Amino acid sequence: MNEVIHILLADDDEDDRLFFKDAFKEIKVKTVVHIVNDGVELMNHLLKEDITLPHILFLDLNMPRKSGIECLTEIKKIPHLKEIPISIYSTSASDEDIEETFVKGANVYIKKPSDFSTLKKILTQVITVNWQYHTSGLNRDTFLLSI
Amino acid sequence: MKLFLKFDLNTAYKKILQEQLDKHTSDYALVSFGEVDINDSVSSEQLKELYAQLSSYGFEVVESNKSILIQKIKDTIVEMIFMEDDLPATKISSYLANKLNHSYGYLANVFSEVTYTTIENFIILQRIERAKQLLITNQLTLTEIAWKLSYSSVAHLSTQFKNTTGLTPTVFQRIINKRRKVFGEGKTEEPDAE
Repeated sequence: MNEVIHILLADDDEDDRLFFKDAFKEIKVKTVVHIVNDGVELMNHLLKEDITLPHILFLDLNMPRKSGIECLTEIKKIPHLKEIPISIYSTSASDEDIEETFVKGANVYIKKPSDFSTLKKILTQVITVNWQYHTSGLNRDTFLLSI
Repeated sequence: MKLFLKFDLNTAYKKILQEQLDKHTSDYALVSFGEVDINDSVSSEQLKELYAQLSSYGFEVVESNKSILIQKIKDTIVEMIFMEDDLPATKISSYLANKLNHSYGYLANVFSEVTYTTIENFIILQRIERAKQLLITNQLTLTEIAWKLSYSSVAHLSTQFKNTTGLTPTVFQRIINKRRKVFGEGKTEEPDAE
């Protein structure tokens, strides 16, 4: 249970990536954070053999080359990847966006906060709840969290 | 006749562990020499049995007392919320303390230390989980669900639902229904309440 949690982030914004990485350095859950810069890189990474699949994937929606929605849809069609919990991590959070991504299979929707302490709080919550779904026999298919 | 044996300790170790683990769960990983990660929610009874079988091969499980206790806490909570139709009138904290023979303070500390979350949060998560299940599988109204799960009012359930999931029960229900259409009916399975 005290094991390391593997996290994957796909985000094309450099500031957001740094912000995200720093937040994980400061929260007390042990994590390994792997980052890719856009959707194409993400899919290439996930389809490599011999990678450790992440316990959760954080996915930005607006990325060049391949959008978050496209990645989400692709991942849900790939048998060995479709069980990875997916958290949308986006600057926009319209009710329509949230509902659409949930319907397409996302589990979590995070609206990127502007301050660092809120981000740490949100990420801690997402990681611990996700971990409960991972270890306590909860139903993944109805795991939805908008935050 | 004398036999002179050469053997690979690592292979023997793996083989024995796998054979014993396979009897109880398929959801495990041999992390490194001397460390096993059991992913699924194996019951504390099964764990006990597993340890007994392993000890006959000279294996001893160390550093697991806390994990066993955590598992018992979780089992007890889930049992209270999922198995019983009407929740007992006693407070969960005293129920846990009685059943597990530890003070609630001690249980709460161990739980937070290992899971990074509190027993209270875990209970809320499980109750909302049960509410979700009732919302999508039964034709119960929110009022009936609130009553069934011993919430003081529908408003209390709705608020806790919203705080836990970020969604109202109505939006949640709509999303799950739409999702079933996208992924086909078989997608949403019964949750296992182990």
